[in-house]
Formats: sequence, structure tokens, C-alpha cells
Amino acid sequence: MYKLTIGEKTYYCQPGESVLDTFLRENVNISFACKKGTCHSCIVRSPNILPPESAQVGLKNTLKKLNHFLACLCHPEQNMVIKLPDQSEFYTEGTVVVNQLLNRNTLLLIIAFKDAFEFNAGQFVNLQRPDGLTRSYSIANIPQASNTLEFHIRRLPDGRFSEWLHDEIKTGDTIAVSEARGHCFYLPERKEQGLVLAGTGTGLAPLAGILTDALGHGHSGPIYLFHGSREVDDLYWVDEMRILAEQHQNFYYIPCLSGEHVPEGFTPGRVNEVALATLTDLKDWRVFLCGHPEMVNQMKKMTFLKGASMKDIYADAFLITAT
Amino acid sequence: MSKTLYERIGGEPAVSAAVEIFYRKVLNDYRINRFFDNVDMDKQIDKQKAFFTMAFGGPNNYTGADMRKAHAHLVEIGLDDSHFDAVMEHLGATLVELEVPDTLIAEAAAIAESARKDVLGK
Repeated sequence: MYKLTIGEKTYYCQPGESVLDTFLRENVNISFACKKGTCHSCIVRSPNILPPESAQVGLKNTLKKLNHFLACLCHPEQNMVIKLPDQSEFYTEGTVVVNQLLNRNTLLLIIAFKDAFEFNAGQFVNLQRPDGLTRSYSIANIPQASNTLEFHIRRLPDGRFSEWLHDEIKTGDTIAVSEARGHCFYLPERKEQGLVLAGTGTGLAPLAGILTDALGHGHSGPIYLFHGSREVDDLYWVDEMRILAEQHQNFYYIPCLSGEHVPEGFTPGRVNEVALATLTDLKDWRVFLCGHPEMVNQMKKMTFLKGASMKDIYADAFLITAT
Repeated sequence: MSKTLYERIGGEPAVSAAVEIFYRKVLNDYRINRFFDNVDMDKQIDKQKAFFTMAFGGPNNYTGADMRKAHAHLVEIGLDDSHFDAVMEHLGATLVELEVPDTLIAEAAAIAESARKDVLGK
């Protein structure tokens, strides 16, 4: 009989029971439906130990790597600490070391931590203001020795949180940061696979992290980055990306502008249209999408129809919180 | 005990392969793709997997009442026999493409067919 621990509470998994069986018997509030590993409703996480392989059947590879598993399929092989999806988060204090503008409305914010901050490039965290107001932001860098996280913060009209970061936060201030979340990140496997990265606005942040990670791991397949906005002044890191494209033969950078004025060197059109017109067959490609929800949903469908497998499509749509 | 159709077809990996082929066919079919608009793709794939698992007689605990409830909003906007037929067509074509033997395809089709009344709210 193994112990299952959620927070402060411990439950005993009886012989023959799945983790879900135990939780339901003990009236733990967990969502579930099919109990057969099909619906993925009862997905949970084991932060410390690898769950049994049979409990991860059919999950995306990045979820597997983060030790997510299906409670209904899991017959424990040892004691487990388990995190339910909605469990409250652990925050760490970081110190702002850089805040400077990347363009007219986007702030580069770099936060440093005393100890190593565990994350995968492309994941997001929640930032919290002292009064409790919280927003999610994607991480733009890769894990490195300096223990820093980089964020791209777009100033939203009447955005309470983004205005606070833009106007009030200074170098040296502290800010509360949650653990990293999300499954939109690069895994160093199948390196010959083509990668499509498509994003709008500050959707470039996680894509830049994923790109740096993939290049750092020596990804050998073609990598296409499509970054879009309406006007050229709302793009950023254009020169940096062009330099990267010169340095890496397999990396292609396509900045797209949907507005009327399109200077030389930029491609006219929306990022999804340009990407889909450029790449016609996406069979065996890996796809990363981040930005405007409509763009992300449309691209998810279209890249799937062009041959990408659903398990190779990683998406992270912006959530715009009403203020 | 004889093996279920689900096991004979190849279990979970076979279902995953079938779902991708099937769902591409469905989304490309102008007769029925409007019923799949505005749905989250990941959730939809999970549902299609449940459908295939059921069609193969595999582990599922869908009841007729679940089927009715899940499709009621689609019946309201015009889901009828012609659309069910189109889905059946894609189910068959998918299994042919995967070189599933004819006898097994017929078994799967019969199981799927048995859900028609509930799906269409009849």
C-alpha cells in the first residue's frame, strides 16, 4: 500500500486501486470523466518522481517530461506526492535588474533570483503585485547560470498590471514570481524535424526562448520564425533575429506586417497567412504558436490540416484579462 | 476470452493514428465541418479518441444519455442523418487507409451505427 500526498494530506492507495479510485473514495475534489485514459480530465502531476509509463499514455511529450500523468491509469509503484491542477502556487521573490523599452510599447523586464529558477524555455509564470493582482507572462530566455528570467511586457490600454510594470517598477524593486507552468517548450529530440514558430506581438517572447534552446541543442532541421504585427514600430528584435539567421543556415526569420506600410525586408500579410503560404506541407513538423487567440486557433487547425500531428502542435494563446 | 475488436485493431496507438486521419477528413468536409468550428482542437481530439475507442468496442463508459446531451446543441442547429452518414463515410475511409481488414471495419461501423439515434436525439 502506497502513500499519496496532496499538500498536507495523505491518502492510502489500496491494492488494485488507481490513484483516481483512491481520490474518489476519499472525496478529493478532482475532475474526471471516462476513467479509461481517453478524456484526459483527471490529469495531475508528480513533481518529485517519475510516474509509471503506463499512466502517461497518449500525453504530449512535454507534459510527460514535466511528470504529468492520468490519475485513472496510475497504479503507484512507490509513495507519491501529487499536485492537482488547480492547487495554489508557490511564489519566489525576485529583484528587477533590467527594465528598458524594446519598442514604443514593449518593456524588457529582467528579474534575478538568489537560487536557480527551474523552467523550460517557452513556459510562463504568474507575476504578482503586492496587492495580489496577478498576470501570466511568458519567459523569453533559456535557463542560465545568472538565475534570471526575461519578460516582454506590452503596455495594454488601461491595463492595470502592464501600466504598473511600465510606469512604476524600477531596477532594484522586488516582485513575486510563481513556479513555471505550461507545456509549450522545446524538447531536444528528433533534431532533424522542421520547426515552425509563429507569433504576434510579445508572442515572440516564448518563441525566442524556444528558438535559443533549439539552436543551443544543435537542432539540425529547418527552423522558421514568423513574427507579426500591424506596424513595423510594434516589432522588436528584428536586427537580433536577422543576425541569428545569418549565423545559422537552418534558421529563417520572416517578419510580417499586416498594416498598409510595409518597408523593404518585411513580408506583407498576417503572420498565419504568410506562414501557411510559405510552408505547404507540414507532415512531421513541430509547431509552436503564441499570441492572439484567433491567430493561434486558426493556425492550430490549419497546421494540423497541412499534416502536422496534434501531439506536435504546441500553443499558448494570450489571455487578455478584462480590467 | 476472445480479444475485443479494440485489442485486435491495435489498442491506443492504433486509435491515435486513426483519429488524426479521421479528423483531417472531417475538417476538410464542407458538409460537416461547420459543426466543428469554435471548438478547442486538443479537447476535440480527445473526444474523437473516445469515439474511436467506442467504435472499436474498447474501454469507454459513454451512455446513450451522454451522447444525447453532448450533441443536443448540434441537433438544434440542424445536425441530421446526412451528417451522421458523412461521419460514417470518413470512419470507413480512415480504416481502409490504415489497412484494417474489411471484417473488422464492418464490426466498427456497426458499433458506431448503434449510436445514431442518440447522437441525433431521436
